[in-house]
Amino acid sequence: MTSLSNSTHRPRLSLGPILYLWSREQVMDFYAEMIESPVDVIYLGETICSKRRQLRPEDYWELAERVVAAGKEAVISTLALIESDGELKTLKRICADERFSIEANDLGALDFLEGRPFIAGHSINLYNHRTLAFLAERGLKRWVLPVELGRENATDLLRLRPTGVECELFAFGRLPLAYSARCFTAYNRDLGKDDCQFCCGDYPDGLTISTQDGLQFLTLNGIQTQSANTHNLLPALDEVSELGVDLLRISPQSAHTADVVRVFADTLSGQLDTAEGMAKLRDWAPSGLCDGYWTGDAGHLTGLAIPSSR
Amino acid sequence: MELVCPAGNLPMLKAAVDNGANAVYLGFRDDTNARHFAGLNFNDKQIQQGIQYAHDRGVKVFVAINTYAQPNGWERWTAAVDRAAGLGVDAIILADMGILDYATQRHPNINLHLSVQGSATNPAAIGFMQRHFNIKRVVVPRVLSLTQVANLIKETTVPVEIFGFGSLCVMVEGRCLLSSYASGQSPNTYGACSPAAHVEWRDTPEGQETRLGGILIERRSHSEAAGYPTLCKGRYQVDGELRHAIEEPTSLNTLDILPDIMAAGVSAIKIEGRQRSTRYVSQIAKVWREAIDSCQRNPQAFRPKESWHQILAQVSEGAQTTIGPYERTWH
Repeated sequence: MTSLSNSTHRPRLSLGPILYLWSREQVMDFYAEMIESPVDVIYLGETICSKRRQLRPEDYWELAERVVAAGKEAVISTLALIESDGELKTLKRICADERFSIEANDLGALDFLEGRPFIAGHSINLYNHRTLAFLAERGLKRWVLPVELGRENATDLLRLRPTGVECELFAFGRLPLAYSARCFTAYNRDLGKDDCQFCCGDYPDGLTISTQDGLQFLTLNGIQTQSANTHNLLPALDEVSELGVDLLRISPQSAHTADVVRVFADTLSGQLDTAEGMAKLRDWAPSGLCDGYWTGDAGHLTGLAIPSSR
Repeated sequence: MELVCPAGNLPMLKAAVDNGANAVYLGFRDDTNARHFAGLNFNDKQIQQGIQYAHDRGVKVFVAINTYAQPNGWERWTAAVDRAAGLGVDAIILADMGILDYATQRHPNINLHLSVQGSATNPAAIGFMQRHFNIKRVVVPRVLSLTQVANLIKETTVPVEIFGFGSLCVMVEGRCLLSSYASGQSPNTYGACSPAAHVEWRDTPEGQETRLGGILIERRSHSEAAGYPTLCKGRYQVDGELRHAIEEPTSLNTLDILPDIMAAGVSAIKIEGRQRSTRYVSQIAKVWREAIDSCQRNPQAFRPKESWHQILAQVSEGAQTTIGPYERTWH
């Protein structure tokens, strides 16, 4: 086939924030490896739970400096659900720092970021062109498509987007599906959130729950609910490149993240066949792959055909 | 404190008005509102009759246009806003920033409420919405404890409405995609959680099965009652144990903490359930009217009557009720 590797547009790769509670050492080792990997943008910060403090904002800023020193873009990601005064104060402090771009994941962050360039994460409900234009007037420079939206919406919004606003897709990882006041990891250990004992740290890729007939269905990660299946857009690389998507996000998992990044990078550059890449990704997805949201189906389904060669 | 009751159709609206609602909320017959169910909701003529009926009795009418518009079909949302504005409703309940922007520009004089689906849980989020869209009320998601609600009210000048009774969303409203992960349709995109067309009930030797989008979300013994098929209230295998991994099949009832809700400065209390019956809304409105009046007269002496609880229990979904997130131990 005609490889897109020579075409003018090729999406860059980004690494989403770590969504799970990993030890400080594991986090540091992970970023040491990722800084060497072919990702172009690295999102850093705690987005799930304000009780997780194994790294402080200062630690993320320091990591961000290292990311920038390695020639990559660093973005500071913020908490996805802001409820308490303390969370709001921390958010305000993070948003007051202007050294790095900031990803807003709760509406509250828009209040602090308005008037300077910012990024809207996938949990900001940006479903249409008017919201896009409204936020662009307030400084939006990039948005991550809400994960339940697919090619139809992406096509329309890319056509209608204001000049200079970048579009990022959640391209690989367990899908972030919901947020709650309740910590589901603690709940299933019969603990309250206030006495959680940081039990989410026991599940470096979340706690997967299965249906009564044995299908791995959802993954509990503190107050967040994710899919069990790993969403994967590798078979759609030609399509998203042609659409003009600017960035593809890979969401960190406890193993093989750097391998996943290489598969995406090598497939984009034409060095790896999609089918070969898919064979590898299947081995690295703990509960299997899915892509239904992209094709307009139920999110857990798989419908994308694998290009015969690339 | 205003009592805001659901109206899925004209008889429900009249029942809510007759039994003590201060306001009713309703939607059009399409995916522009978050109760997009077959046979439910209003056409223009019914809304006109409803507004007449309510306004003649001093009751307000709010129209919910609280799903998220996409470029394909965008005009359906703007047309819904124009229709609501033209009908002379007392407020429009919106969630989508693009639609809020449209409504603010096109109909600057109409009252806008930020829907629970708008997911504003803190003063900064509410402040942003107020600054740009001049919202006159915010309905807060069911994630805050009552202490947090009270603090929020101190930090914002936007009047706060909370959910007091009915089905309990466990996730932050407007930010839950579980339904579309299983079925392809969510409250945000389609206006319904677990849309009926994707739900399947099966009698099997192992028990009664409920499937959503083909996924087994509950299997219960033949003697157990089946509730609304939301996947967050099913039983799943967790580390080898079968349990309600997300929430029990329970519904919200805040009657017991009504004095605290009032003391917190809550402006309005909302009853969930546009998809329920005329009988449901009659009974709920009556009990809550009586409770609010009694509590307003003498909050210190307020004790919910046993008869109120009995009536509410009869119309609750599922056998259990909970104070839900308003109580910190729920978290």
